[in-house]
Amino acid sequence: MQKVAQKSPKVALFATCLTDTLYPATARAVVTLLERLGCSVEFPLDQTCCGQMHFNTGYPDHARGLATSYQRTFAGYDAVVVPSGSCTGMVRDIHPQLGASPVATYELSEYLVDVLGVTDVGAYFPHRVTYHPTCHSLRMLGVGDKPLSLLRAVRGLDLVELPDAESCCGFGGTFAVKNSDTSTAMLSDKMRHVLDTGSEVLTAGDNSCLMHIGGGLSRLRTGVRPVHLAEILASTEEDPWSPATR
Amino acid sequence: MVTRNPVTWLGSPKFPDAARTALANTQLRSNLRKATGTIRGRRAAAVDEMTDWEDLRLAGEALKDEVLTNLDVYLERLEKSVTDRGGVVHWARDAAEANEIVLRLVRETGADEVVKVKSMATAEIGLNEALEAGGVAAIETDLAELIVQLGHDRPSHILVPAIHRNRSEIREIFRREMPDVPDGLTDEPRDLAEAARAHLRRKFLSARVAISGANFAVADTGSIVVLESEGNGRMCLTLPETLITVMGIEKLVPTWSDLEVFLQLLPRSSTAERMNPYTSVWTGVTPGDGPQQFHLVLLDNGRTATLADKVGRQALRCIRCSACLNVCPVYERTGGESYGSVYPGPIGAILTPQLVDDPHDKQAASLPFASSLCGACYEVCPVRINIPEVLTHLRARSVQARGRSPESIAMAAAAWVFNSPSRYERAQRLATFARLLSRNGRITRLPGPGAAWTSSRDVPVPPKQSFRAWWKENRG
Repeated sequence: MQKVAQKSPKVALFATCLTDTLYPATARAVVTLLERLGCSVEFPLDQTCCGQMHFNTGYPDHARGLATSYQRTFAGYDAVVVPSGSCTGMVRDIHPQLGASPVATYELSEYLVDVLGVTDVGAYFPHRVTYHPTCHSLRMLGVGDKPLSLLRAVRGLDLVELPDAESCCGFGGTFAVKNSDTSTAMLSDKMRHVLDTGSEVLTAGDNSCLMHIGGGLSRLRTGVRPVHLAEILASTEEDPWSPATR
Repeated sequence: MVTRNPVTWLGSPKFPDAARTALANTQLRSNLRKATGTIRGRRAAAVDEMTDWEDLRLAGEALKDEVLTNLDVYLERLEKSVTDRGGVVHWARDAAEANEIVLRLVRETGADEVVKVKSMATAEIGLNEALEAGGVAAIETDLAELIVQLGHDRPSHILVPAIHRNRSEIREIFRREMPDVPDGLTDEPRDLAEAARAHLRRKFLSARVAISGANFAVADTGSIVVLESEGNGRMCLTLPETLITVMGIEKLVPTWSDLEVFLQLLPRSSTAERMNPYTSVWTGVTPGDGPQQFHLVLLDNGRTATLADKVGRQALRCIRCSACLNVCPVYERTGGESYGSVYPGPIGAILTPQLVDDPHDKQAASLPFASSLCGACYEVCPVRINIPEVLTHLRARSVQARGRSPESIAMAAAAWVFNSPSRYERAQRLATFARLLSRNGRITRLPGPGAAWTSSRDVPVPPKQSFRAWWKENRG
């Protein structure tokens, strides 16, 4: 494990409404991981949602209020860490358009690699894994190969490249419901590529995309499990990851 | 008289319904997967060769923005330069006016047949149909456009209108519809091209009038520029006595040297070629050489209204390269016809509703939602049109026009919940009741709008405890 800065950075966790409500194991993993790396983590209880669903579905006025709340909640922190590329993109690119002043907000892999300067976080994850670079991480944030460099440093992890990785899984928020047939056609290709890798685990930096691909993988009983990047990075030999008990 | 703007095809279903039909067409799916995959790879390679690609994109964006900001000035300058060089300029507010002008000009020549250079503007206004109604036959000379015309089909791609057809289908169309089809025609591309060449050559030599669109018009010099790959366009642009060009008012560049930027951006983005094969340029009329009558019809058809929208106007930067179609995961699966317009794909999803300019047109209003907002289109756009930004902007316009709906009520309720941490926490506790829907750790069926999700995807079973509840219990 690489050493992190001497003085312990104080970070706020923005869990995102989806992860907070449906994937608490991911948010707990972020806390475990950041604390292991020497950060002190706070979870401001005033946080709710970044407003992405509202904004992307055509309700910018509702999103505006949520952007303002976000700014109010996190204004005092040096850094906000988010286990989601698309929510980070919403905060960074869209909130200023909605009149909210920017708050230093980082997607998890950006915070680890760019701010803390680590790629080896001391993780252990003895599974065959493939990584899906989610669209907003890739194109809005430009996280590039940061998640992959983190995964490559994980002991025991057998990383298999995902074919046609950069094509969208078909989630797109309400798109998955409004254009369910097209979304499913995109999903089926994504699942085919995931299955081609022979992986046990599909990982990504966004639980929304994982919920979508995972929902398809589960429906077809493929036996491939979606696991958020944070949970892989939090897993160690002493305290290895196990499927969340729900 | 109020006429329907034919930018969309009458009777087209809303996008989700049209897509459902297209998705079930296995031949279409296979043809498109193959074709878009090939063009995608080639474009990426052609663009990767350029070390200054991002600078070129910025230059293209800046030039187009300059034109759009001062459109009135440049249009008048163009009108003067074209007129000075012996051309005649006509102004058309909408499709009906443009069609009327073109039909009148053709009639004045006494011709009852015209040859056409592939043109999006004339497709947008439904010119062929208008000419036919006026007793003039319009013959498409671009190979793909000819395939569409002979097949009584609709174009499904901006650059490759017959992309949804494979070669055996094209052979069938030729055998069925081409009057002078050679015996024993095979489905070899060379054979098909030869058949089209022989068919068209006769038309080029007899046609007295040609109709074209324009890729660019230089305001300073009055020069019109058409890019094509086959040489058929050049036949049309040089052989007939009369040339009529229909051009959207946004197609201007200020000066001759500005073409340098676009002649690099366009070929690599559209056909993955380093240099465009046939670039034709003409300036007014040259005595004794080429068409001796030149008419330029400047078409508005919703463009001024689009220009008035601060966010939406960037769609007018489009140079019709179709790179966004080729990288779009939605287009690749649904094809172009699902968009119900001559402008399909991501650019169509933002351009069509603006040109239609009727927020109550349900088909057009469904187009901005035909995207997962993956952003692949913005990444490749040579003039940096932020398509996802315009999509969300137009979604908001559609939502406003629709007024109160079950969705708007649900969205307002969700916002009300998210606006208060305590309400949000109570909603989270309620969500845990969804655990009751699970069987063997899976939720496979949801009621209401959720059914569209569970038609193909399971839903995660909510945990016993949210993260927030865990934090309060352990860290609070």
